[in-house]
Amino acid sequence: MLDLIVISTLNGVLFGMLLFLLSSGLTVIFSMMGVLNFAHASFYMLGAFFGYQLTKWIGFWPALVLAPLLVGAVGMAVERYGLRNTHKHGHVAELLLTFGLAFAIEEIVSMIWGKSPVDYRVPAILDFPAFTVFSTSYPAYKIFMLAVSVSIFVALSIVLKKTRVGLVVQAALTHPNMVAHLGHNVGRVFMLVFGVGSALAGVAGVIAGPALVTQSDMAGLLGPILFVVIVFGGLGSLPGAFIASLVIGLTQTFAVALNGSLASTFGPLDPSLGPSLLTDIWNVTIAQVAPILPYVLLVLILIVRPMGLLGTRET
Amino acid sequence: MTDAATSNLLLAKEAHGRNLKFYGIWLIAAIALIVLPLIFSSGGSLTSFSLIGISIIFALSYNILLGQTGLLSFGHAVHYGLGGFLAVHVMNAVAAHDWPIPLPFIPLFGGIGGLAFAVVIGWVMTKRAGTVFAMITLGIGELVASSSLILRSVFGGESGITTDRTALPHMFGWSFGSQIEIYYLIAFWLMISAIAMYALTRTPLGRICNAVRDNPGRVEFIGYDPHVVRYLAYCFAGFFAGIAGGLAAINFEIANSAYLGATQSGMVLFATFIGGTAYFFGPILGAILVTFLQLGLTNVTTVWQLYFGIIFIGIVMFAPGGIAGLVMMHRPLLRGGTLMTVIPSYLIALIPTLVLAFGVILAIETVARYTESQGGSNLINLFNVPLDATAPTTWLLAAVLVVVGALLARMTWRRIAQAWDRASSAAGDRGYLA
Repeated sequence: MLDLIVISTLNGVLFGMLLFLLSSGLTVIFSMMGVLNFAHASFYMLGAFFGYQLTKWIGFWPALVLAPLLVGAVGMAVERYGLRNTHKHGHVAELLLTFGLAFAIEEIVSMIWGKSPVDYRVPAILDFPAFTVFSTSYPAYKIFMLAVSVSIFVALSIVLKKTRVGLVVQAALTHPNMVAHLGHNVGRVFMLVFGVGSALAGVAGVIAGPALVTQSDMAGLLGPILFVVIVFGGLGSLPGAFIASLVIGLTQTFAVALNGSLASTFGPLDPSLGPSLLTDIWNVTIAQVAPILPYVLLVLILIVRPMGLLGTRET
Repeated sequence: MTDAATSNLLLAKEAHGRNLKFYGIWLIAAIALIVLPLIFSSGGSLTSFSLIGISIIFALSYNILLGQTGLLSFGHAVHYGLGGFLAVHVMNAVAAHDWPIPLPFIPLFGGIGGLAFAVVIGWVMTKRAGTVFAMITLGIGELVASSSLILRSVFGGESGITTDRTALPHMFGWSFGSQIEIYYLIAFWLMISAIAMYALTRTPLGRICNAVRDNPGRVEFIGYDPHVVRYLAYCFAGFFAGIAGGLAAINFEIANSAYLGATQSGMVLFATFIGGTAYFFGPILGAILVTFLQLGLTNVTTVWQLYFGIIFIGIVMFAPGGIAGLVMMHRPLLRGGTLMTVIPSYLIALIPTLVLAFGVILAIETVARYTESQGGSNLINLFNVPLDATAPTTWLLAAVLVVVGALLARMTWRRIAQAWDRASSAAGDRGYLA
């Protein structure tokens, strides 16, 4: 039991940090521009596929640097030539544009790399067990993933807190109009932030690709969870997104690892009841429920606290 | 006779004419629905018409949310799917217990299924509008779609639940075994639902929905609660989506988890937005177009969904009013008699735009065929011109077409904008403001 707790906590924190790599970019973009970037998970997928392709051509380490840069460039192009032109039609049009983009990117990726998973492997240098806890060995690559996400998290908070650009971004989070009045080129800041946000998603894709499955539906699977994270944490709140990422990462990982059901706790139901809604609920295991847990959390938070954990904005 | 009296008389005449035109349009629509299968009587076209009818109801119900109340939903298929499942269960129960409920009443149960879910969950969901509402609908959509795979006894797991529509009591001697009878059933429900949804836009509730879309703060100030209005609109939309789902269940004789899924929600959003949300007939146009494309393109190309995405992005960026918006833009020009000013620039722009479109299609098809054949030779038959997907010349041709087409098209589009300005200001001078 203890080894299960240790391993699941490690995995949960890892998944949570990955989610935060994505949700931090999404939150900053949303707070500044009012645009919820539906295609954010698609940038994550692009990161994974670019990473795969570049790894094949020039190796993993250059790919780790180049693929996020490429994704960031794609993100900046989307902001410059797509969102900026759509801005005059309102936020719904912007949201719809990113929705259409997410749809198109998924189709393009499955057109180029096919619908089945690609063979994106952990680099040989990291392909060994890092340590063994209670007879379960933990892969070094996952420790590497954790290290990358944590160091990006630290670097990002230093940039946001200590540098001039970070201060402008922070100011633009709460008072975008005032920042523009002070003479900053808000358009360029937006493009930059959109690019950095997409590049962060790209990093997440490159490092998560080998550990998870690199497939054309990975954006569609992760995207909704990402939106749950930022609504749960409170739209526009970075600390909220951090807490929500960890909460959802841990819940999902623990739920997948647990195998209990009502039937295993209280004993099976009377067989005379036959197959019915009750027996379905009685026999379902926690692991089976894991995919829907984030959405259950979403509904609960909406009932209890509609603005999210640390959210302050009403709209 | 004084001037005032004359103008009153004229106004009355105009109102009378408008009434005639209004009822005339509905009458023509009804006659068209009756006559259509007599002209195109093949099995394939009957199936297509049935699908189009269902998706028109679905898209119209979606527009109650998006167009009228300004609520962007990414999970509208939940109501469609739940309506379909309830309809299937009712059909099976009717057949098993010999209840005297004939098939034409089944879509009503579909509507009740869609409505019931909206009544239960809608209050929490419509607390907030805008982006948050969109995210919540996405989450609820995923929640229901994933739950449907867990609750096997109700949703039948991966395979879904089947039914037999002919096992129900017959009506007017129709057994509803053949597609033509199903077509008329769908056409009947299409007419009823379309009239009901149009009537809804004319009620005080429909008007206050528009007000909530445009300015919720002021609605609150005049004494209405926007939350209640959004909730009511959500319930109505759920009801009509359920009817569409019930009809789909009758048409396919199956309900499965694909009915509830994100793809279905995305398709109805595409159809409604491409058609245009600002006019009642917009979603109808969109549903017809999208269903036709869906049926037609699947035979021609493997990447038909990509074309959908591109069309959708194009509409969002360049014509957020959709097709209906584009058409209705020309009304003041037509009335002001300045339409001919813009037509020549359209014709000039047509050629480079077609070149651009051709280039994009060629590029997409080349990449698609190239990756499918893994580098082996593969012929593209584009508009009866055979091209080899692996030949460098094809790639070059696609690139040249895209670049040249895009450059020329941009120039001609600017001319359109200039001609448009001239035409609309001339029409504006004559009293027809765009």
